[in-house]
Order: sequence, then C-alpha cells, then structure tokens
Amino acid sequence: MSNTAKGGVKARNVIFRIKRCEGPGKPSRWEAFKVPVEPNANVISCLNWIAANPVTIDGKQTTPVVWDSNCLEEVCGACTMLINGRVRQSCSCLIDAYAPNEGDTITLEPMSKFPVVRDLWVDRQRLFWGLKKVKAWVPIDGTYSLGEGPRETPEHQHDRYIMSTCMSCACCLEACPQYHKEDDQNKWDRSYVGAAVVNQARLFNEHGTGQVLKPERLDALMGPGGLDACGKSENCVKVCPKHIPLVESIAAVNRALTIHGFKRVFSGQ
Amino acid sequence: MSTSQRVIIVGGGLAGLAASVRIAEAGVPVDLFSMVPVKRSHSVCAQGGINACNEVARQQGYSEYQHFDETIYGGDFLADQGPVLEMCNWAPKIINLLDRMGVPFNRTSEGRHDLRLFGGSLFKRTHFSGATTGQQLLYALDEQTRRYESEGKISKYEFWEFLAPIIVGEGAERRCVGIVAQDMRTMQIRSFRGDAVVMATGGCGLIFGKSTNSVICTGGAASRCYQAGAWYANGEMIQVHPTAIPGADKCRLMSESARGEGGRVWVPRQKGDKRAARQIPDSERWYFLEEKYPAYGNLVPRDIATREIFDVCVNMGMGIDGGNMVYLDLTHKDPEYLTEKLGGIMEIYEKFVGVDPRHEPMKIFPSVHYSMGGMWTTFTPGSYQPSQPAGGHKSGSKPPIGTEVGVGMTFGAANNMMTNIRGLYAFGEVNFAYHGATRLGANALLSCIFDGLYNGVSVVNYIQQDVPSQHPAEKMKAEVFEAGVACERAKVDRLLGTVDKGSGDPAFNPYVIAREMGDEMTAASTVVKTGPRLQQCLSKLGELKERYRQVRLGDAAGWTNQTLSFTRAVGDMLILAEVIARCGLLREESRGSHKRLDFPERDDARFLKTSVAEFVPGTGEPRIFWRDVQTSLVKLRARTYGKVESGEGRKQPEAAASAS
Repeated sequence: MSNTAKGGVKARNVIFRIKRCEGPGKPSRWEAFKVPVEPNANVISCLNWIAANPVTIDGKQTTPVVWDSNCLEEVCGACTMLINGRVRQSCSCLIDAYAPNEGDTITLEPMSKFPVVRDLWVDRQRLFWGLKKVKAWVPIDGTYSLGEGPRETPEHQHDRYIMSTCMSCACCLEACPQYHKEDDQNKWDRSYVGAAVVNQARLFNEHGTGQVLKPERLDALMGPGGLDACGKSENCVKVCPKHIPLVESIAAVNRALTIHGFKRVFSGQ
Repeated sequence: MSTSQRVIIVGGGLAGLAASVRIAEAGVPVDLFSMVPVKRSHSVCAQGGINACNEVARQQGYSEYQHFDETIYGGDFLADQGPVLEMCNWAPKIINLLDRMGVPFNRTSEGRHDLRLFGGSLFKRTHFSGATTGQQLLYALDEQTRRYESEGKISKYEFWEFLAPIIVGEGAERRCVGIVAQDMRTMQIRSFRGDAVVMATGGCGLIFGKSTNSVICTGGAASRCYQAGAWYANGEMIQVHPTAIPGADKCRLMSESARGEGGRVWVPRQKGDKRAARQIPDSERWYFLEEKYPAYGNLVPRDIATREIFDVCVNMGMGIDGGNMVYLDLTHKDPEYLTEKLGGIMEIYEKFVGVDPRHEPMKIFPSVHYSMGGMWTTFTPGSYQPSQPAGGHKSGSKPPIGTEVGVGMTFGAANNMMTNIRGLYAFGEVNFAYHGATRLGANALLSCIFDGLYNGVSVVNYIQQDVPSQHPAEKMKAEVFEAGVACERAKVDRLLGTVDKGSGDPAFNPYVIAREMGDEMTAASTVVKTGPRLQQCLSKLGELKERYRQVRLGDAAGWTNQTLSFTRAVGDMLILAEVIARCGLLREESRGSHKRLDFPERDDARFLKTSVAEFVPGTGEPRIFWRDVQTSLVKLRARTYGKVESGEGRKQPEAAASAS
C-alpha cells in the first residue's frame, strides 16, 4: 500500500551512530551509517535500510545491526533502546521529530541495565523473573466453566487497566538510579526488582481474587531486593511510555507493606 | 499414560498459551517454543474486542446461534460449519474464564461487561478492554502460563525458532514425534521429542511486505510444516483490513472498534477538494459506506469496506487529495469518551502520525491484516445433524439447536484441529478452520482461545489414548531426531557459506528479494485479482525463487545471527507465496475477501470447496486439489449486507449466490 509524504519535511540523509557489540564479553565499538530517510520514517525503517545496505559512512562493509523488535506499534515492548541517550521504544521514534535536517545525527545504544546479547539487543529475563517472584497472576481454580469473575466498578476497572498496560519494556528500570545491572542470576533475589514489578504486584493485589496472594507478594517485596531500595527519584514515571502511575503504585505497595509488617510483628510470624 | 509423555507447543500467542495452560492443567508437561518472550507475541496487536453472546444481547433477540450464523454468512459459506457452531456456543464461557483471570474488561455503571458494536452484526456483542483487548487477553494467559512455569508444569523456550517437524512413518501412518529448533542467541540447533506438536504460529502478513502484522509473522513455520507434508488450505483467503495507517516500516491498524464506537468513513464529494477536513461541511462529505449499506453502514464486513475504499480511491480517484487515503472520522464524539473507549488506538495515531484524532479526522487506507487460510485441519462433527440445513436466522426466533457442549464438534475427539499428519495440530490463525472467506472483526481472539481451550483436550486425549500411548516419542530411536538436526544444520551451513562470496549484488540480497516479493504479492494478490495478473505474479515468484537459490548473506556470525534467520524465512515465504497466488488463480470466482475481476460472481457449483495445497518434494511446486465444505447446518444465501446502489457510486458487481 502506498505511502504519503508528510508535508514540510524533505527527503534527506540522517547519520546513525550505533554502539555495537558482537556478544557477551566482547568489546563495544561505534559505527556510523548515512541513511536516506523515507517519508514517515522511524528508527525501525532506518535499521531495516541498514540491514539491506550494511556499509558504514566510511564505506566499510559491516554486518547488519542486531536489535530486538516485534509489533512496531509500541505495544509489545521489545524494541526498547537508548536513543540520543534516553530510553524509549525505537518504533515510535519518528525521524522527522529527531532529525529534521540534512546530516542530523541520531545515536542508538543498548539499554545499560541488562546484559547485551548482541548490538542493541539486551536480555531482559530478569524482569520476567521478577513477575514470578511477586506471583503476578490470579490463582484461578483451573480453566473449567465456573461462571463470571468478580464484578467491578468502571473506576476500578479504569485503574487496573492502566496498570495492566505495562508491556515489560523496562524503560522504568533503565531510568531508575537504584536498579543495577546484575548478570549473576543468583543475585537477582537481593537486587531491587524495580517499578514495573512493584506495579504488577499492586495490580494483582487489587483484583478481587488476586488479592488472596497479597501476603505472599508483600513478603517478596520486603527485605533485600524489595521496595526498601526505592530512592524515590521518580524517574520511572517520567519515562513510562504507557503513562502508568508507577509512583502511585510504589506508594500503595509501601503502605500495604507497612500494614503487612505490623501484622507480622503482632502475629509473631 | 507413560509418565514421560510431553506436548510441544510452537508459538506463544493466544492460541499457544491457551493450549499450554489447558494441557499443563491436565497434568501433561508442556514445552513451549517462541521466537519472542511470549508476552511480546503478535496477539498484543489485536485491539477491538472479542465476540460472545451475552445476556443483554440475548434479551434483545440475539443468541449464540445468531453469532454462528453471522460468522458463516460473513465468511461467505466457505468455513466448515460444525467447528464454527461450537466456537460461538463456547464463546460466553471464554469471556467468563478471562474475567476470572483478571482481564480488565470495560464495565457498565453496574459493574457488568460493557459491549460495543462490531462489523457484520447489528447487535452489540463485542467485549473489550479499552482498545488493546488482544494485549490484555494475552497478558492474562501469559500470567497463567508463568504461574504453571513456576510450578514446573510448562517449560518455556523463548528466543527459539521452530525449523521443522520430525515425522516418522509413511502415508496415513505418518506421525509427528517432535521438532527441530534453533536458539536464536547461541544458534544451537537441536531436536525435541514430543508426543504431539501444536503449531500456534499465527499469520503470514510479511509475505505481503508491509502489513499490520508483527515482525515474526512470516508464515515461515507454517511453510516448514507444509514442506514436510502438511496440507495448506484456502491460502488465497487473505484479509485486507480497511483502516490502517501506512508507515515506512509497517501499516498500523486502526481498529474496527473506531467505527463500532461511531467512527464514520468519508471523502469530499468534490473530487480534488483541497480544503482541510474540518473546513468541509457535512453536506459536502460523501459517507459512501453509509449510503451504500443503509443497514450496516460503516460496519459492513472488512472485505466489503476495503473494496469500497479501494474503489473510491483507485478507480474513481476520489481519495483525499486524489491519493490513496480516506477519512475515518471520530471528531463528532466526546474526546473523553474516545480516550476511555479507544485510548490505545488514539495514542497510536497520535504517536505515529503526530495528529490528535479526537480533533482531526484520521487518514487511513486498507492493509493486509489476517490470513483466513492456513494449515488444513480436520475435526469430528458434533451431535447436531439436521435433515436439512436451516435458513438464515432471524433475530428473536428460536435457534434450531441449543448450546450444549459438542453439538457442533465432538468435545475431546483426538482429531479436532489435527492436520493430515497425526500428532501435528494447528491452532489459531495458522489453521484455516473458522473464518471461511472473510473473518468478522473480534472473532480472531475468540478462535485462538477456543482452539487452545477446547481442542487442547483433544491433544491430551490423543497422546493418552492413541498411538503415542503405546509408542511414546521418548522411546523412539535417536536416528530420526539426529537426521532432522543434520538436515537443518546443512541448510544453515549452506547459507553461511555464501557470506564470503558476497559481491553486494542487490539481486541476491535477501532483504531486496523480500521487498520485491512483498510489493508483488500486495499488487497482485490482495484487494482485487485477475487471472493474468496472478500469472504474472507466479512468474515473478519463480524469478525470485531462482535468485534466492543464489542468495548471499551479509553476516557469518555464529552468535545471534538475525540475518540467517531472516534469510531462511524468506525462502520459506516464497514457497508459501506461491501457494497463495496459485490457489487465487485456480479459484475462478469471487467469494468474501477473494475478489476476481474476471470472475465477479460467487460460483458455488464449482468452488464451494476448500482449496488444498500439497507440497511436491521433487519440483517444489504445490499440487492443488479441492475438498467439500461442510454446509449441512446453514443453507447458502446471497451475501449482500443489504447493499443499495447509490447515485454517487459507480455500480459495482456484487457477489451473488448461485442458488442451490
């Protein structure tokens, strides 16, 4: 199907500076590419162009750049990277906004808080591990036909829906001063889980059936690796592409933790 | 049951996850393979909703049976009817289950499920979660999968690519006993044993270049099964969605729910009108869908809306600024209402076009979206076997059959959604089963989850009661598995061996070959088709296949080599593209999404049949044959959606039924 050019911005070349790395333990290097920009171009379409024409600005033949992507609609979370130093999805990064003039430069780097697989692709398994740690699910009695779930008000649905749009992109973790890169899986349990995971704990604590696991979720968020580590910089909420109220979620879970802590003291557990 | 029995599921979208959860729940260990973390599967892109009859609609005269009747009529009678009846009957149970899993469905003030209108129905029967329903359903199933993963019942193999099924035996005895797969990071190739293999690998939009599909939707996995002997059915039935935003990398869907919530499609009445949309008064706007289809208006099925938009732009030159664009207008609705009901797609338009659709009409054009065709599957018919098919269902009248389990398709029958190879199943978009020649909006999420839940039981019964219970995969000799790995290893070595020969000649560049394939398939095999153009397309595909034999890679890396994965997929896509074009050429009629200008009428006498393609190993070409469609439940009728000819519009031939 055809493309229509957006008015005003002319066809031009944009320079991409890309931080590359051939694999874990390998050194990083920078390569630059001169890319002719199509109408409606985004970072993905430029990376696609480089894949078909892997020649650097100095005329050196190189390999296509490796990156993680899937939906290209900013709803799967895969294509997150640092663009001009700021974390975001590359699919929704429009070239017209970032590089309006001939010869403008865009810098791409992999996220720094996760091990690099290759080039711009990082391994975010730790985030999914965190979802297991806080049991981010509703413990249903199987898939049998057992009638409807709990009823809820439109307001409650609205709040849960926003929390539930988290696509595990890890922007909030990249931007968090207290979330540290940790390559050793054995140490994940003692390193801060980050806002995305705390938000999911809140999401399920607020579900009529999901709340049955609330004590276990709160246990998981006490002590090392738990919410104590949050330094309240509020960077998380600023970079969330889905505008999830992460600071509210952290505050809500913090309140619940305080009550949970008291209960544990008084019940002698 | 042998305690060592396992099931392999390939694909972690709605169908794959629903099947994983269902099968793991039955106590059978599941190995789940996906090219992406399953939470990032393409199902996240589904926006509008999921159809199911509900109490409100029921009391207005709607029923599960009418949902079934609409789906058959929408699909222009090409779907086998039994499985569709079962799916529609089961739909309310699926909504309840998702509700229990915590899906934040939109609510009424009383706290019940809110509903919206969708294409092909005059009743509100679509449940939704904002405008990111697919995302929310996928997350619910992802969470249940993670729960079982943490209990050790499901093992995930994420970033693993399916390369081939492992098949033993000959002819009707052929049986699938495992797969070969490759780790996309380490590039390790290995085999996995499984007593049954469920393919849930989705659609093949990338064959058409830019589509609404995700990057992984190449159709590569289906093509690999086809090349191993699995049949591919109704490949020519490709849905082109009427409303998408064309982009440089893909076309982004603007959900049908935009029209379900009141969105109107229009162009200026004055050809070449240069005024901005908001400067054009209502009387000077041509709401061509509303004019031509007074009953359904903007909510005619997708193939019809797409052809009308195409006609207005391409044939009449009435598109915005004479180009290939029409307006999709929501600006008459309250912006807050739009944010609440359609926030997800409002945001996509805003982010990718830079214009707020609450205040400016969107500019959209059709895009390839969904494959009704797919791997051929069979089923055991249900208990409802009327002496003659019922006529078109009238709202409010008593359905001829109730909603008891098994009336349309026998519950738990081992062959439900099994391919022509025993033990190899196909669930979700990758099969051809539920949507005939056009899929109705909000039926895709339903068919995916239905397959997983309903037919997951069939998989369990097959491994526990059929051949695998006597001859489990675990006990089979290693040779067959080793041979499968060696075959895939050889393909990889051949491709990697081309790297140093690279001359940079674009003719043999895999990305260039893929782009040319996409352009050709979109031009020849989508909205309107003709015999000569499809012939030309087949010649072009032949040329591309020839060039592909000399393809040269730009990356020899033995670690995370995406070029290798992509190039391998391009070869498989070319083979599937040939099936799609060839079946389109042989189907000399117009039915649903398949519109032949040289054969404008539906031809039931010749083509009320499923096209089936079988791969011929010697030539690499498809052998195509035709199979009867099960039409014993609902009688054929003309599919018109009450179209009236307008003074404005050029008369367009309507696919008429040849009464039988």
